[in-house]
Amino acid sequence: MSDIKIKIREFIIENFLFGEGGEELKDDDSFLDKGVIDSTGVLELVEWIEDNYQFKIEDDELIPENLDSINNLAAFIAKKTSK
Amino acid sequence: MCGIAGFIKTDHSISEPCNSISPGGQDRQLLEEMIWPLRHRGPDGFGFYLDQVCGLAHARLSIIDLEGGWQPIFNEDNTIAVVFNGEIFNYIELKQELIREGHIFRTESDTEVIVHLYESCGKDFPKKLNGQFAIALYDSKKKSLLLIRDRLGIRPLFYTVHKDRLYFASEIKGIFNGNPAIEREFDPDALRQIFTFWTPAGEATPFKGIKQLKPGHLMEVTPSSEPSVHRQRPFWSVPFLKGHEYTPVTEKEAASQLRELLIDAVRLRLRSDVPVGAYLSGGLDSSVITSIIHHFTDTPLETFSITFSDRVYDESKEQQELVRYLDTRHHTVRCDYKTISDVFPDVLWHTEYPLVRTAPAPLYLLSKLVNRHDYKVVLTGEGSDEILGGYDIFKEAKIRRFIAKNPNSAWRPLLLKRLYPYLALSPAKSAHFAKKFFDTEADTADPFYSHRPRWKTTAGILAFTNPELFGSTEDPERLLETQLQQELKGLDPFCQAQHLEISLLLSNYLLSSQGDRMAMAHSVEGRFPFLDHRIVEFAGTLPVGFKMKVLDEKYLLKAAFSDILPEEIVKRKKQPYMAPDILSFFSDGPADYLEFHLSKEQIEKANIFRWKAVETLFNKCKRKKRQGFRENMAFVAILSTQIIFHKFISDFQFQRPKELENTKIVKGGGNV
Repeated sequence: MSDIKIKIREFIIENFLFGEGGEELKDDDSFLDKGVIDSTGVLELVEWIEDNYQFKIEDDELIPENLDSINNLAAFIAKKTSK
Repeated sequence: MCGIAGFIKTDHSISEPCNSISPGGQDRQLLEEMIWPLRHRGPDGFGFYLDQVCGLAHARLSIIDLEGGWQPIFNEDNTIAVVFNGEIFNYIELKQELIREGHIFRTESDTEVIVHLYESCGKDFPKKLNGQFAIALYDSKKKSLLLIRDRLGIRPLFYTVHKDRLYFASEIKGIFNGNPAIEREFDPDALRQIFTFWTPAGEATPFKGIKQLKPGHLMEVTPSSEPSVHRQRPFWSVPFLKGHEYTPVTEKEAASQLRELLIDAVRLRLRSDVPVGAYLSGGLDSSVITSIIHHFTDTPLETFSITFSDRVYDESKEQQELVRYLDTRHHTVRCDYKTISDVFPDVLWHTEYPLVRTAPAPLYLLSKLVNRHDYKVVLTGEGSDEILGGYDIFKEAKIRRFIAKNPNSAWRPLLLKRLYPYLALSPAKSAHFAKKFFDTEADTADPFYSHRPRWKTTAGILAFTNPELFGSTEDPERLLETQLQQELKGLDPFCQAQHLEISLLLSNYLLSSQGDRMAMAHSVEGRFPFLDHRIVEFAGTLPVGFKMKVLDEKYLLKAAFSDILPEEIVKRKKQPYMAPDILSFFSDGPADYLEFHLSKEQIEKANIFRWKAVETLFNKCKRKKRQGFRENMAFVAILSTQIIFHKFISDFQFQRPKELENTKIVKGGGNV
């Protein structure tokens, strides 16, 4: 597993699953469908990415394809940080 | 306004000698112990009735007939006794009718009409009352006790059956305090309902075996009735017409009718032998009420407001604008984070229910302010949003339906963005996510469509609970479907959403945890002109377009009163009343009592939540004070449940009455 994915997983488990149930969350599980994050959770997620990866997420990038699973997030962060 | 408590024997063998009735006797003491913890509701004195079957207790807050209104009050031959909490606003008109019928009155109080009206109309009498009331009426000839609660549940009434008796009280603590043998334990089903709807549904309370009499219901208990079949029946239900039943009426006519009704409702609610004040929030509803008092009555205006040091919640500007416009004598109490966390444990002693928000706390401070200025009665704007269509959830449901009609439209979801602009962490910031959170693909024919997303968000609290305890509980949404499906069937979707707000949240949360309990904590009575049943019934006949025109909320109310309000108030975007949650407990470092109530030991002792999850959340809050919806609700839910566990279950402090002889004790029934 890539470092980014490990870091994302840790953040999700600590902040949205409150330390438990992480083993059941697969890398391609939708956060929304699994009820992992609620509405304000998305913004918390965005804040965390911006703080940790030093780039700003534009409004039109706030879409499930970028943010809605560990895999999607990892790909999005990789793309943005490789520029 | 007052507190009531009492009991009736429910077994067949009632001929036992009454050796316990004399002062110092067992049942007399029981009544004193039940009413004593309710003395904040009625600090002016106590009254009792006791015979071989039934006992009644009353704690009085004198508002009407200060000299003569002591309870219990009897009919002409002392065979019918009543204790009651609340007000009958149309008592003057009812009294005139009853005198014409030949009834003889001994007092000037509104209470006395109850016994005579019962003599005159029997069990149908509550239909004639315009008011807010919880009544215990005992007919000693029939040996029957009637418990009655007003149409919308403004005044509380709880009961339980234990061994061969039914006990009742205005607050649950009265039942517990008089009866150490009654087990005090949480009802997991009710907790799960609170962690979904913000409140238990139907008759449930957070405590196993303790029930509330439902709003608009009458219950008859006699010694011969089996405890399981106390006859309960509604005398009123929320009146919504089906679409085709609407009477054709123009907007202008409807506005003028609403205006007339509301002015009359305010006038009736100013009946009092003590001065009446008003809450002023800065919003439309309290502005309408205060403006009516100013323009249509001779009552001098004294107004009371909460201000917040956090500008997100503060409405001082609007309040001041109205104060200037109406020239009121105005008082404010400033609420900062610390004051909320300081009073929170006391707030919970009064709500008796776990909370998912701290919003009751500022209202606790507000009633304290009112009390300090020697006011006992305030008019407030509650109920307007429910009956005249003000809530964002109604708007939200409308937008979701609008999106569902054309799910591929790119711009329709943008409307969701307009919904919650006042929130720092708005869920609607991203239209793509908003569509998902507001579940725009849900079945629009579902009668519960409007509220499912809110319930789903709140139920996030369940992730913190102990699965062993909650595993066998019933799904709250299924339960509600069983309870309400029939009533909602065939109603306009807008009325379905209104119905849900009224039957779930209005009585069980807004009028109780945020209303009655917070005001009565400081011996203040709230009165609610919008909840005059004539207005609720009138609103039920209105076409939905009069309530929310496109996305303009409370359209008819604005049309009816815009001429007596500042333009800014009418045009102002609605700001829902809220208070800071997690922030309140962590602003100056964690509040000192958190470490105890959220300790591993306490969490495991209560066994409601998982320690690991609570610890992670607690740490997350310590790291960062601004949190999302789920965290805020979960934190307040966990903390409040733990404090209630401590105060009501594990460490309930039994209070022994003292100095009752120094207050006025009215002898009743010849036995006390």
